[in-house]
Amino acid sequence: MMPELGHYALVLALALGLVQSVAPIIGARTHDAALIRLANSTALMQFAFVAVSFAALVICYVTSDFSVITVFENSHSTMPLIYKFTSVWGNHEGSMLLWVLILSLFGALVAGFGGNLPAALKAHVLAIQSWIACAFYLFILLTSNPFLRLPQTPFEGRDLNPILQDIGLAIHPPLLYLGYVGFSIAFSFAIAALIEGRIDAAWARWVRPWTLTAWIFLTLGIAMGSYWAYYTLGWGGFWFWDPVENASLMPWLAGTALLHSAVVMEKRNALKVWTILLAILTFSLSLIGTFLVRSGVLTSVHAFANDPTRGVFILAILVLFIGGSLALFASRAPALKQGGLFAPVSREGALVFNNLFLTTACLTVIVGTLYPLALEAITGEKISVGAPFFNLTFGPLFVALMFAMPFGPLLAWKRGDLLGVAQRLMSALAIGIVAVAVVFAVEGGQSVLAPFGVGLALYVMVGALIDLLERTGLFRLPLATVRARAAGLPRSAWGTAIAHSGIAISMLGIICAATWGTERIVAVKPKQTISLSGYDLTFEGLVQRPGPNYSAVVGTFTMRSNGAVIGVMEPSKRSFSARGMSTNEAALMTRGASQLYLSLGDANNDGSVAVRLYYKPMVMLIWVGAVVMMLGGALSLSDRRLRVGAPKPAARSTLAPAE
Amino acid sequence: MTRKQRRLVLIGTSLGVLAIAAALVLGALRDSIVFFNSPTDVVEKHQPPGTRMRIGGLVKPGSLQRGDNLLVQFAVTDGKTDIPVRYQGIVPDLFREGQGVVAEGKIEPNGMFAADTVLAKHDERYMPREVVDALKQSGRWQEGEAKGSGSAVR
Repeated sequence: MMPELGHYALVLALALGLVQSVAPIIGARTHDAALIRLANSTALMQFAFVAVSFAALVICYVTSDFSVITVFENSHSTMPLIYKFTSVWGNHEGSMLLWVLILSLFGALVAGFGGNLPAALKAHVLAIQSWIACAFYLFILLTSNPFLRLPQTPFEGRDLNPILQDIGLAIHPPLLYLGYVGFSIAFSFAIAALIEGRIDAAWARWVRPWTLTAWIFLTLGIAMGSYWAYYTLGWGGFWFWDPVENASLMPWLAGTALLHSAVVMEKRNALKVWTILLAILTFSLSLIGTFLVRSGVLTSVHAFANDPTRGVFILAILVLFIGGSLALFASRAPALKQGGLFAPVSREGALVFNNLFLTTACLTVIVGTLYPLALEAITGEKISVGAPFFNLTFGPLFVALMFAMPFGPLLAWKRGDLLGVAQRLMSALAIGIVAVAVVFAVEGGQSVLAPFGVGLALYVMVGALIDLLERTGLFRLPLATVRARAAGLPRSAWGTAIAHSGIAISMLGIICAATWGTERIVAVKPKQTISLSGYDLTFEGLVQRPGPNYSAVVGTFTMRSNGAVIGVMEPSKRSFSARGMSTNEAALMTRGASQLYLSLGDANNDGSVAVRLYYKPMVMLIWVGAVVMMLGGALSLSDRRLRVGAPKPAARSTLAPAE
Repeated sequence: MTRKQRRLVLIGTSLGVLAIAAALVLGALRDSIVFFNSPTDVVEKHQPPGTRMRIGGLVKPGSLQRGDNLLVQFAVTDGKTDIPVRYQGIVPDLFREGQGVVAEGKIEPNGMFAADTVLAKHDERYMPREVVDALKQSGRWQEGEAKGSGSAVR
């Protein structure tokens, strides 16, 4: 019953989606308020039906209904409940259902919270949102139906891929999809603006919160994916420049650029055409990411299965939406009126610089990701493009971007004073240069890049805070005044400073872990001790420990620092009999922001066991920085200016400095 | 500055940045990409020793030897040609004789492949796509041998 119910609900959602794709547009043309209002109800009902469909699939998984093919192939009756639940999207079909669930959620949110949008704009946005939804409902129903049944019910399932039996599966995909799919709203707004041929600062004010929301989730989703890969793959890498990771990084870069260009549009009514193009490109990159990951053209842990019809179908969706939207852009964009003027050296200029470098960096990632695919299709040669390529291309562009970052928020709108800003940044520059010198001296001149990187990160961090410092008058004015000024400062100013320092924190973590990390790969016998970076680990022995659906070999290591016991590390290897696979569970010991990372290798005949031990200094900063970025975004989102419908802040608080 | 001059500055800067990026990309593509070869390719193409590459195939049954200090030696085969591989370190969990493997490293003058990275397939249902293609080329692949060939290498 349940699978049929879910299947039926999804078909109904498609039917509603088809109505919503057409009716509101006709309504907007004929000024028929009833047809326009219809989109509200259909958007909410679409979400309700997809939610029913998703819930039905969840029930199939949680009750281990192995008559359903996807449940049979991806679940097992002995799995803990949490993994039965998360394995709903631990496979192609279910993850696409999660995709449309989130898509319809965003549609419903626009319908529910977009009360103050102009009726015609809202009608168009909801219709376009529904075009996307229909394409993906059809994709699921025609090529990836998660509700198909087997003629005979097997007794047991084939189990979820053990690598996915991890709490990471509960966190990473939903967050990532909230980000990917969230950009669909910006896309729908952009297409609606092109269809209507009208775009103004108010448009940017509606688009920005949605983009920011998607960006926050995408930032967190990427960071969580990186941490998951870090602790689960057994060798402590946190970013591999794997095509699948790049697929999520590309929309992030474009989305970050979009956030910044939308600011210019909202404040100064400039860069309209560019902002529209970026909105289209960002969601297009999300679609390309979905295509790369889901079509099986890439070999990766994310490619659950390889079915050519699916790839062709997604490719068709891709061509239709990207091609269609770019064609519409080409025909309509020249008609959009140009907005405010600005000098090259100005806040606008700085944001253009930001956009230029972010999109160029994005372009290098696109080239590095797609070039191997193109080369193989054309010449049949197989190549791999790895970290060295991206370090040489993405790296320098990002360094330039980081260097310019503190200048942006300090420059005035319209016409800025570069020299004046440079003077205000002197302290940040000084701290950066001192850091370079200190690190260089301590390191003994081994490398130039690492001290430079640390200096740059500190410069960005301090530079981001200088704006806050000056505007609140900290260290200059009485504390009460500072507090009042801080409260009066727009939240978006706080958000900017915090998000920018978040980038610097992540960068610091990446540089430290990559440069000063140490490792030892050795075979140890019981009672032997390994030493690394001031820590001593004594191997106590291996024990068998059964788990719910696996058996684990656990190694016990006593950890000492200067002779004092500080803890026990227990890395293990789990073997899952259902699939004949094993996974590596590394043991992590966090010391401050640094981590010790221990994973087990093979046991040898002489009683010794191979282990990898890594010391990763400051590695936690990478993810802490991402969370800080996210907090900055969230703070900016709570700015009253962005709460849709909030009137423009009247006069600035009298305590705010005159600008 | 007039509107036209401003636009020129903007376009000029953009083109400059794009040109720099293009130069970086082309430079990096020349120096940092790695070609994939089947064992037969390695022999037929006469790759000069020291060229960085990836090779893929099956771990030849009976060829696996473990030495001191985590030294591992095995042969990678596509059914036609075998290439001996040497690797120091911990091999992936699913590294086994008769299974697919991808190794990255350099050919030494004596014909031995010194690998610095060894990647095995990620679960029992899948095989690295490069390996499947290499086996198909040498005619050692039967359709249906493994359902769905796209999966994880790392």
